[in-house]
Formats: sequence, C-alpha cells, structure tokens
Amino acid sequence: MSEKTREVMEGFTRDRSNLLPILQKVQEVEDYLTPQAITEISRFLDISENDIYSVASFYTRFRFTRHADHTIRVCLCTACHVRGGERILESVERELNIQPGQTTPDFKFSLERVACFGCSGLAPVLAIDQDIHGRMTPVKVKEVLARYK
Amino acid sequence: MNFEQIQRNAIAEWEALENNEMPRIYIGTATCGRSSGALEILDHINAELEQKNIDARVIEVGCIGCCYLEPLVYIARRGHPRICYGPVTAEIATQLVTDYIINDNPRPDLALCSIGEGEIDGIPNLSELPMFKPQMRIALRNCGYIDPGNINHYIARGGYSGLIRALKMTPEEVIDEVSKSGLRGRGGAGFPTGTKWQLCHDAAGDEKYLICNAHEGDPGAYIDRALLEGDPHSVLEGMLIGAYAIGATHGYIYISAEYLLAIARLKTALKQMEDYGLLSDNILGSNFSFHIEVKEEAGDFVCGEETAMIRSLEGKRGMPYPRPPFPATSGLMGKPTNVNNVETLANVSAILLKGAEWYASCGTELSKGTKTFTLGGKVSRTGLVEVPMGITLREVIHDIGGDILDDKELKAVQIGGPTGGFLPASDLDLTVDYEHLTDAGTIMGSGSMIVVDNDTCMVDLAKCCLSFTQAESCGQCVLCREGTMQMLEILTDITEGRGKPEDIDLLLELGEGVKLGSLCALGRTAPNPVLTTINNFREEYEAHIKRKRCPAKVCKKFISFHILADKCQGCLICMRNCPADAITGGKRMIHVIDQSKCIKCGICLDVCPSRFGAVAKASGVQPVTPEEPIPVGSWGKT
Repeated sequence: MSEKTREVMEGFTRDRSNLLPILQKVQEVEDYLTPQAITEISRFLDISENDIYSVASFYTRFRFTRHADHTIRVCLCTACHVRGGERILESVERELNIQPGQTTPDFKFSLERVACFGCSGLAPVLAIDQDIHGRMTPVKVKEVLARYK
Repeated sequence: MNFEQIQRNAIAEWEALENNEMPRIYIGTATCGRSSGALEILDHINAELEQKNIDARVIEVGCIGCCYLEPLVYIARRGHPRICYGPVTAEIATQLVTDYIINDNPRPDLALCSIGEGEIDGIPNLSELPMFKPQMRIALRNCGYIDPGNINHYIARGGYSGLIRALKMTPEEVIDEVSKSGLRGRGGAGFPTGTKWQLCHDAAGDEKYLICNAHEGDPGAYIDRALLEGDPHSVLEGMLIGAYAIGATHGYIYISAEYLLAIARLKTALKQMEDYGLLSDNILGSNFSFHIEVKEEAGDFVCGEETAMIRSLEGKRGMPYPRPPFPATSGLMGKPTNVNNVETLANVSAILLKGAEWYASCGTELSKGTKTFTLGGKVSRTGLVEVPMGITLREVIHDIGGDILDDKELKAVQIGGPTGGFLPASDLDLTVDYEHLTDAGTIMGSGSMIVVDNDTCMVDLAKCCLSFTQAESCGQCVLCREGTMQMLEILTDITEGRGKPEDIDLLLELGEGVKLGSLCALGRTAPNPVLTTINNFREEYEAHIKRKRCPAKVCKKFISFHILADKCQGCLICMRNCPADAITGGKRMIHVIDQSKCIKCGICLDVCPSRFGAVAKASGVQPVTPEEPIPVGSWGKT
C-alpha cells in the first residue's frame, strides 16, 4: 500500500461523508486515482470499489490516468466565449496538436476546457497550472506556451 | 473577554491605524487582482519601501469590484481619504511611493478616485464615479476596504453586532426580522429566506444543519468568491445568525476546492472566531453552540442545486432528488437542513445590524435590497457591482458598465449564467427583480450579466451555453440528458450549414419538453438561451438555415477572410503569423489568402496593422482580390 495514501487517510474518520475529501487529497498526492488507492479507500471506508468508482467518475475533477507536467485549461464561459475563447482553444490545439482531454505524448501538457476561473473581467482567460493568463489572443498563446516548453 | 471589550479593542486598533502618522498602502490581492499581478506589485512596493527606508503599513484587501482596472493600490495618509490607483505597474508603484509618500503629491493624473471622507484636489470621490454612482453596497460593504485576514477590522465596522442583537432576541423574532426585510435567496431561485428558516425551525429534530452554498458553478460569476476573499466574516456572521434562528448545531461551507484563497481566508477567519469565543460551544457565554466545517468539494455544476449538494456532502454522486421531502424536514443525513447562498448570508448579517426596515426601504415591492452581479462581456467597465433591486438594465449596463467596446452596439444581454436567457437591446428598460426577469424568459441565477455586441452570433452563443449544460447534466432525467444532446446536435447542424427549415420549431418543442421533464433547475432552465435567442433573434437562425449566412460573421462554415488589394501594403506581418501557411506574398507585394488552406482562425485580421485595415471578413458577398500576389499599387491599373 502506498505510504502517501495511508498518510492521507489517517487524517480522516471512517465516515462515508469523507469519501470526496479523501479522493481529493489522494489525487493531490498521487497525481491520479490509482486502482490500488481505490482498493485502500474501499477497505478504509468499508464501501465497495464499484461504489467508489461510481462516485469518482461522476465528478469531472477526478482522473484515473497519469497527468502531464503542465495542465492547460482554457476558459470557455460565456464571457470568454464572446471575447474569443474558442479561438484561444484552437490556437492551443494547433500549437500542441492535441484536443481537450488529451495529453501530449511526452506528458508535458494536458489540455482541458473549463467553464470559468471567475475572472471574466480578464476574458479571454487561459490557465497553465496555477498561473492565470488574461486578455489572451491567439498570437499571445504562442508566447505563453513557449515559456513552459 | 466579553464582546464589549472585544469591540472596544477592535475600534481602538482601527482608529490607531487610521490616525497613525505612518502612511498606509492597501493592495487588492483577491484572485482577480492576483491574476493581474497584484502579488508582484506587493513585493515591489515592499522592496521599494525598504530601499528608501520608509515606514509604512502595507495591507492586503479584497476586491472592490473594478476588475478591469486591476491591480489596484490605495494609499492613505493621515487626515486624508484613501486614494485609489489602477492599473498599477511596477513603474507606477515606484512613482507613487516617491511622489505621494515622500513628496506629498497625490498624483491626480494617476488616481481613479478617493475613498472616504475628505477631499483631494483633482481627484473625484468614489461615489461620484459613473461605475459606482448607481451602486449600493450592502453585501459588498467591506470588500476592498478592510483587511479580510483581520477580524478586528470587521468588528470595528459593526461586525458581529448583528449577532449580538440576534442573541438578545428569540429565534422566532430573528426569523420574523428576516422575513420583514423581504430578503430572498440570492442563489437564484429567490425563495424568501425567512420562510425557509421558519420551515427548518419548525421541523422536528434536535440535530439540524445549516449549509452555506459557496459552490459557484455559474461560468462568469464570482460573487461568492469575492465575498469570501474580501469579507469572510460577513458570511460567517450570517451563518451564526441563521443557525441560531433555526436551531442548527452544525454548519458546513460547501466550496469548490479550486477556491484556494477563499478557503484559506475562511480557515483563518474561523480560527479568529474561535479565539474570540464566537464559535463552538456556548458562543459569547450564551446557550447557543455552533460548529462550522469547511468542505472542500469536487462539486460539478449540478451540485449547486441544494439536493445534489446534500448528496455530494454525504459522499455520493451529486444528483438531485425529488422534493418533498424538502431539505428543511429531511436533508443532510436525513436531518432538517437549511441551505443558504453566500450572498444571502452576507445580507443577513447586515439586516440584523441595521434592521429589517432599513433593508426593506430599498428595492421593489417583491424584491427587496440589493443584488450583486458580475458584469462581463463587451462593456468597458467589467467587474463586480451591487445594485438596488428595481434598477433598470440600462442603468446597469450603460451607466455602470460604460460604453460597448470598440464602438460597437449592444445586441443582447444574458443574465443568470449559462442557463439564463438572452434579452434583446429593446428590453433594456426592464427592471432588475425576480419577477420581471422571469417574465422576460431569463433568471436572476447567481448573478452573472454578460453583454454581447453585434459581432456575436446568437446561434453560436446559444450553442456555447447548451454545450456547457449538456455536459453538466447529471443524466438521471431522460429529457434533460437526451433532450439537451439533441438540441445541441441540431444547433451544431445549423452552425455548420446542415440546418433544415423545420429545425427551429423542433428546437422550440424540444426546449419546452426539457423544461417540463426535468427534476432540477439545471434541466428546467437549460433551454432558456436557445428559446430566448429564437424568440428574439429568429432571423439569425433563418439566415443560417435558408441563406447559409452568418450575419455576425462568426460561424466558420459561412465566413471567409480576404486581403483587400487596395489596402494591403505588403508588410509580411499576416503572412508570418498565419499558422496554416495559407498566405502568399512578398515585401511590397499584395498578399493573397489561399482559401483552400485557410483555417479561418482570424489571426491575419488580428495582426494586420490598424492603419492599413487590409484584412476583411466576409459572409456571403466576397470582395474581389487578385489571384496571385502583385506589386502594391498595381491593383486595378491593368
């Protein structure tokens, strides 16, 4: 059993209402929800693995495969859309040759479309990991991506 | 320490700060400020002060609402109001330190406004600014003004006095006070808060829960985040008052795990409350006990719905369930539960402080008080605004939001997030309250307001909204799951040139079906953008279907880009930037776009210097251009 998963669970009581916070923290330390981690959580909370997969797969935030070094999230909320969010997404797709939900073969970048960072004052917005880049243009996409390559 | 002592100390601390010889520098470091570089400015100012050996207090504050001017810095000197500057760059920050702090020149040329009492020559007061004049700040009363990390600032400005007043009343009297204020749920549905509390108060059971809904799923809305980052205690005080009224012992704050700063501010605030005896057992020596836990959740959009949120808190799939039983009688773990939105709770603390009559004096007959909106889209002054109910849309958009960007015209406004309807420009005199918005086919929602101009294709926009709700449908109601999917497919067909004349009526029929056949508000409101755009902009749908045109020149299938031969100066800029290598040309040669290679990304139009304006977008009639590059100046001369 992974040391990290065990440490995470030590901070919680064996209460079903802790399932989502546990999944959240496990994903933080393990990068994604491994089959082993699900088994451990299942034993810890005494609920079936099926049940855990059912819950975890419901929420878009949980993932079951390895993540890339950098996650690029392009905002496509209405405010970003009317200020050209779609074109920002297309530029990233072109630059990295991947579609939303995909990861580059070298695991450098993953691309996701999200609905809002809550800063539509800066629309259109794109985030790379925790850094938010506002007032993007297709030309600026190239410059920003170059900083992470 | 009793509350009177706490309050005296807090006021003394606040006054000592205000009357101190030392200048104060406040920096807006909420998420919106940070994404514009506020933390770098903070570091820069600290370094600058150290280097110049200046004694000054640097204080972080929340968001005041003018997001388009971030990062914002406020400087106050003793006996003078705060002066607000923005957007502040490192260079401007250096100048301000030298000019205002050292040489006492407030630099009116860089200032936006002054805040507080007193006048400074050449700088208008905040309340005189067009963006702030029509506003009235109740929920946002402290945002951007106090240090959200210091409970004493909140207390010095009247904080927790509302709780003290409530604790001297019976729970029934507190409910009565909130009912009299006319406050309605700010999360969207607008259910009277007092009635909601009464139901939970009357429900049988010793153990009751109060949940603060801080799950702000609406794209484009960040009211809850701004409140929690800028003034967490106003919400927490509201929770205490609500818990006392309904008899709850435990409270949860359901918040998206992505709201890192808001979570951090909440945790600090809870710790301070505990230190002051404002939390856990026997609050301030009374018989009232209440515990609050922050639940960092994975919540998807649908979890903003109260029954889905309850399921999610129980560690299950976040899917709504039928009511009754209402959460008030059987909610979290089957116990009576009351769910209130963040903004509602921030209003509650103000109501108990200043009284129901004061609150009810503002607003319309059925919608009292104020509503906070995030104003975004194509207006020049985007940000967070709080306006009295009953204000007209025109005042919000034109007076507060200012001009439409790039001298364009307003085409429509969407209120209430991705499930809100689009109102046409002719509806601008509509008053903002629950009833009028619903009648017009939209919703108050959590309060995002997006303005769109003539460059926006309404069919494409309806598709954008629906693609969001379709993906967020939890899938349990057939009409919501399948209906939104079918509607999205039809809209995609229309925008890609495969539309059929009967599609419009089919969309209307499907939309009404989805509204009728869905359990929760997601499905019941998801068709709004489609239905309202068909009602208000039907000719645009017809143009796509019958004439195969996109009047706003957005839908790629119907547009093409051209380089105008009489304007192109052969500067190579578009050619170098074209990601598809579709442009041929040379220095001083008129460039030509190969339409078979063009991917219609529009970068050529972006980069063409505005003094040339040589790239044009066409839908339908196309300009005549040379087939191959020819020397600049030779076009039309042969």
